[in-house]
Amino acid sequence: MIEAENVHFSYPSKVEALKGISLTIKDGEFVAIMGQNGAGKSTFVKHFNGLLKPSVGTVKVDGVETTKSSVAALARNVGFVFQNPDHQLFSETVEDEIAFALKNFGFEQHVIEERVTWALNLLSLSQYRKTSPFLLSGGERKRVALASVLAWDPKTLILDEPTIGQDHEQKEKLQQFIMQMQAQGKTVVTVTHDVEFVAECNPRVVLMKEGRIVADGEGKEILTDPAMLELSSIVLPQIAQVFTRLSSLGLPKDIIDLYEAKTLLLKAKEKTSR
Amino acid sequence: MAIIEIKNLTYTYPGASKPSIHDVSLKVEKGEFVLITGPSGCGKTTLCRCFNGLVPHFYQGEIKGEVTVAGINVFEHHTYEMAKHVGLVFQNPENQLFALSIEKDVAFGLENVGVSREEMRKKVDWALNQTGISDIREQSPHEISGGQQQRVAIAAVLAMEPDIIVLDEPTSFLDPLSAEKIFEVIYKLNKEQGITVILVEHRLDLTAKYANHLVVMDEGTVRLEGDPRQILSNEETRLIGVGIPKATLLYQMLKKEGFNLGDKTPLSSEELADQILEALSPR
Repeated sequence: MIEAENVHFSYPSKVEALKGISLTIKDGEFVAIMGQNGAGKSTFVKHFNGLLKPSVGTVKVDGVETTKSSVAALARNVGFVFQNPDHQLFSETVEDEIAFALKNFGFEQHVIEERVTWALNLLSLSQYRKTSPFLLSGGERKRVALASVLAWDPKTLILDEPTIGQDHEQKEKLQQFIMQMQAQGKTVVTVTHDVEFVAECNPRVVLMKEGRIVADGEGKEILTDPAMLELSSIVLPQIAQVFTRLSSLGLPKDIIDLYEAKTLLLKAKEKTSR
Repeated sequence: MAIIEIKNLTYTYPGASKPSIHDVSLKVEKGEFVLITGPSGCGKTTLCRCFNGLVPHFYQGEIKGEVTVAGINVFEHHTYEMAKHVGLVFQNPENQLFALSIEKDVAFGLENVGVSREEMRKKVDWALNQTGISDIREQSPHEISGGQQQRVAIAAVLAMEPDIIVLDEPTSFLDPLSAEKIFEVIYKLNKEQGITVILVEHRLDLTAKYANHLVVMDEGTVRLEGDPRQILSNEETRLIGVGIPKATLLYQMLKKEGFNLGDKTPLSSEELADQILEALSPR
């Protein structure tokens, strides 16, 4: 469980990035933190593994304040995948990259090998095992960064903009993977701009603006509120855009799911042809 | 008139075991808005690097075939000669920015081609305005957010007023509203100034409506190309793994269930909503 209470944070340049945030994320929850560039989303989630410590307020992970624990100890439970993989990757081969943290955590050699192979397979990276991460495409490097964190099987996973540069197939895989993590009772927190991705996964949505939380609720409710979204520089998912324009037909506006949309429109057609 | 003509291009990076581009032929007409899509690693970025000669001049490697841009054979001319004709915006803005202030970064290309001070000021102002970063022009490009950095990179290219702008996933770091604004800027440049646009994107939900030429790549080859409406209704496009816009998908799903909304495959929510209203409104 992650509990943030009245968290303020200022960078050394005195810019106050977080202005009093309180949020509780329960075990097994899937939360998407959304909002415009510079809203403080990445700054906020960096508090969850102790990379940043609040200037005022507290962040507790499983009941322990992050100021009373080391980043290394926190990292075992809270895995963080950065927005830009180049801030994370440094090894000579993809395999070494994934093995690095496992070695640091003191896993046995045969376990390390097993976990590396598992992570490579999961993210379709097996053919790059001996390749330098820097010879891979942006999307592939992003997957290496994800694999290197997944390998040590943290209880909570923080994904900062995981869908950037990913193609359709990889996004679907990522979605399935998050569902799988949830089925295992793990917590997933993602910072993302990708409204279509969020509409498909339908997590709890937390909307941030200028260092504060401005909305917190179901995806279906928040992603279909045009005024709220505009405030945060987010656009409606495409299905919701369609239904906003169909209000004269008496159809509901809060639709984000493709299949629900299809069912509703087929019913509406039946009604008019009768 | 074709502004870009690629004939039987095959290219292999140094040390790579197989070609990244395999026998690609492609013609782009002046003033087109071309959208290039396809799975990760399909060769989209490599193809973009051929338009201004980064491939093969900078990346070396083995190349066969012909690339002609604005009447110039790219392989026989330097990359700096191509810079007047082709502006490139990369995936990661950090790789492109280096000056001490945003303004200086945007002016850099113009300084290199010897534009007068007055002219330079005008062009830089215009480019900063178009991308919405006038108010932060004095700041360092390294202390702003990733989204803002991408705007600086786009402004730097816009300032050169090239014939062709090539953008490789230019808005992936931007929030959706800022992304939409950037796409609108690019679309306006295309419509009003006649600048040829080549846009590489996975997210067709956001971009299909701007394009009049869609290119689908897979494993280093061009698999399908032509009118976006036709290409997106082609089952093969979906099988290659292209993310079809939700509005287009919904139209297809309804059609399959016997709810036919006409022959025009919609590319945006506006188009689909209009078609539904037309079909369901009482007459």
